[in-house]
Amino acid sequence: MWDYTDKVRDHFFNPQNVGEVENPDGVGEVGSLACGDALKLTFKLDENGRIKDAKFKTFGCASAIATSSVLTEMIKGLTLDEAVKVTNKDIADRLGGLPEQKMHCSVMGREALEAAVEHYRSGGKKKHEIEGEVVCTCFGVTEKEIERVIRENDLTTVDEVTNYCKAGGGCGGCQGAIEKMIETIQGDKVKAEPVSAPRRTGKLTNIQKMQLVQQTINEQVRPALRTHGGNIELIDIDGNKVIVAFRGMCAQCQLAEFTMKDVVEAKLREFVSEELFVEEDADSKDESHEHIKK
Amino acid sequence: MKTIYFDNNATTKVAEEVLEEITPLFCNLYGNPSSMHTFGGQIGRKIGRAREQAAALLGCDPSEIVFTGCGTESDNTAIKGTLAAAPNKRKVITTRVEHPAVLTVCRELENSGYSVVELGVNGQGRLDIAELEEHLDDNTVLVTIMYANNETGMVFPIERIAELVSSKGSVFHTDAVQAVGKMPLNLKDSAIDLLSLSGHKLHAPKGVGILYVRKGTRLSPFMLGGHQEAGRRAGTENVPGIVGLGKACELAATNLEEENNKVKYLRDKLENALLEECPGSRLNGDTQDRLPNTCNISFEYIEGEAILLMLDKYGICASSGSACTSGSLEPSHVLRAMGVPFTAAHGSIRFSLSRYNTEEEVDYTIEKMPAIVKQLRELSPFVTK
Repeated sequence: MWDYTDKVRDHFFNPQNVGEVENPDGVGEVGSLACGDALKLTFKLDENGRIKDAKFKTFGCASAIATSSVLTEMIKGLTLDEAVKVTNKDIADRLGGLPEQKMHCSVMGREALEAAVEHYRSGGKKKHEIEGEVVCTCFGVTEKEIERVIRENDLTTVDEVTNYCKAGGGCGGCQGAIEKMIETIQGDKVKAEPVSAPRRTGKLTNIQKMQLVQQTINEQVRPALRTHGGNIELIDIDGNKVIVAFRGMCAQCQLAEFTMKDVVEAKLREFVSEELFVEEDADSKDESHEHIKK
Repeated sequence: MKTIYFDNNATTKVAEEVLEEITPLFCNLYGNPSSMHTFGGQIGRKIGRAREQAAALLGCDPSEIVFTGCGTESDNTAIKGTLAAAPNKRKVITTRVEHPAVLTVCRELENSGYSVVELGVNGQGRLDIAELEEHLDDNTVLVTIMYANNETGMVFPIERIAELVSSKGSVFHTDAVQAVGKMPLNLKDSAIDLLSLSGHKLHAPKGVGILYVRKGTRLSPFMLGGHQEAGRRAGTENVPGIVGLGKACELAATNLEEENNKVKYLRDKLENALLEECPGSRLNGDTQDRLPNTCNISFEYIEGEAILLMLDKYGICASSGSACTSGSLEPSHVLRAMGVPFTAAHGSIRFSLSRYNTEEEVDYTIEKMPAIVKQLRELSPFVTK
C-alpha cells in the first residue's frame, strides 16, 4: 500500500483537465505502454502567449494520474518561458510529496510539458525527439535527462536515479554509467561506501583463478542481473578468456553487449585479474533466444 | 465502510472455530509439549490431534506430516533438504511461473553449480509435459512444480507429473499452498514425495505451515537443534498455530465440496459479469483446470494499481500482478511467461474468493467495477474513441 498524501488521492479520484484540448498549440507525448506509464499533454495559448487551457491523458498508476492533473493546474496562466522552469520537484511539492519510488511520475510530467513546449516552438512539426546519448535503452533515458534529475533533486545514488527517471531499472546494464555520472556531477557529495573487495593476491594458480571468477560472478554480477529478471552462466575459462552466456531477460536485452563489457568484465578485472576479458558463448546465445520464443 | 475481501490467495480470515480452539493455548494451556510434567505433556496430544486432522485432509499418514513455520519454509526445506540428501545429482527442474519461495531458491542453486531448468507455459498458463519428459534424466535430483498458480489459479496435472517424475527416479515436490483446501487431495494414492502448504491460506493463523514428506523420502533437516517433529524440524512447536491449522484442515475437509460449489458459483458470476460489462477486459488463464476461487482479469490500456486504489475506495480488496515501482519492466513474471502483452499485463487484477464471501458482495463489485474501468479508460491516451 502506497502512502499517498490527501492531495495525491484527491487529484487521482477527481482528476482535473482530463482530455485533449481542441486544436492544441502544443502537444507532448512521453512514456509507453511497455514502460507502464505514458502521458499526453496538450495546451492552448491565449493572445498574450500564456497557457489558456491544458489537458492531459495518462496511462499509469495513481501518482502518475495525480501528477498529470496537478501539472495542468500549475501551468495554466504561465508563459512558456515560465512553464519550462517548472521542475519535477515543484510538481511533487505541490502534491505534498510523492513516495520515493514514485518520483519518476513527477519527472514524466515535467518531460511531457517540455515536449509540448518544444512541439509548439518548432511550429508544430517537431515531435519530442530524444536528445543526446541514450544511457538507459530499456526506458530510453538520455544522459541529459539523467543529469537533470541528478542536479534538480540532488541525487547521490543509482537507486535514487532509478526512482526518479527509471534509468537503470530495466536490465541494469547502465548502472555503471549512471554511477559514473553521479560521481562526475556530485563529486564529494557521493557517500563513500566501504567496499569489501577481496584483496587481490599476486599470482593466481589456474584453480584459484577459476574459483575466483566463479565466485565473482556469483556474488558481484548475478545478483544485479537477477533483480531485473536476467541471469548469467559461466561456460568456460580459457587462459584469460572468460566465456559466459546470458539468460532470461538479459538474453533478449539490447544492452547485453554493454552489460558484458561494462559490468561483467569490469567486475572480473576488479576482483580477479586485470588481464581477463569476456566473451559471450556463441552456442548458448542461439539457444537462449530460441528458448524465449517458446 | 464494510470490507469486501477478495484477496484470499494473499491471506485469509482465521475461522471463528479455529480461534475458539486456540484461544486457551495462550494464557491457560501454554505448556511446552516437550516437558515431562502433565501440564506441558497434555499439549503434545493436541499436536498429535492436529497432525491427524491435517493427514485426514491430505489423505496421508499422520507420521508424514511435518509442521513448519510457513509455506516458504516448507518449500525451502523440501528443495534444500532433498539436494542435501542426494549430493551427487546436480539438476533441478521447475517452472517459470512458480512462487518466489521456490523460484528464488532454485535460481540461487545455480551459484552452487546446479543446473536449473525452468519450464515455460503456454498462453493459457499450461505446461508442456513432453518438455518435462525431455529434460528428465539420471542427473535430475528434484522436480518442483506448483499445484496451482497463485496469480491465475491454473492447476497443473500434478498427479501425472508426479508419476512421470517418480518413474524416472527423481524426487517430486509440489508447492500446494493455493490448492490445499480448495481441491480434494489423496496423497496415499499419489506419487507426490513432498508437498508444501501454508496455514493462513486456509483460515488458520499466519506463521504455520506443513511439509508432507512421503514415507521413504530422503530429506536432510533444514532446522537443526531439537528433536521436534521427529528430528525433521527442530524448534519449539508453534502450538496455537499447529492446533489452529489442524482445526482449519478439519473444517476444510468437511466443507470442501459444498463450499467449492458456492465459491465457484460466486467466482463465475463475478468473472462473467466483469468480462461482459468492462470494455477491453480479457481473462488470464483458462476456465478449465483452474481453482474454483481465483479469477485473473486484465483490463487493457489501464494500470492495475490505479484500479486497486479505486476499488479500495469502495472497500473492495483485490490485488494486481503489476507493482508500479520505479523500474520494473516485468509487470508479473507469471503473466509475462504466459505471453500476455504489455497492453494487458500492466492492468491485471486478481480476485480470489473464500467461503466467507457473499453474493451481495459480488453484486456490489459487479456494480462498481465497470464505472472504474470506464473512468480510467477515459484518462488513458491509448484508448481512442
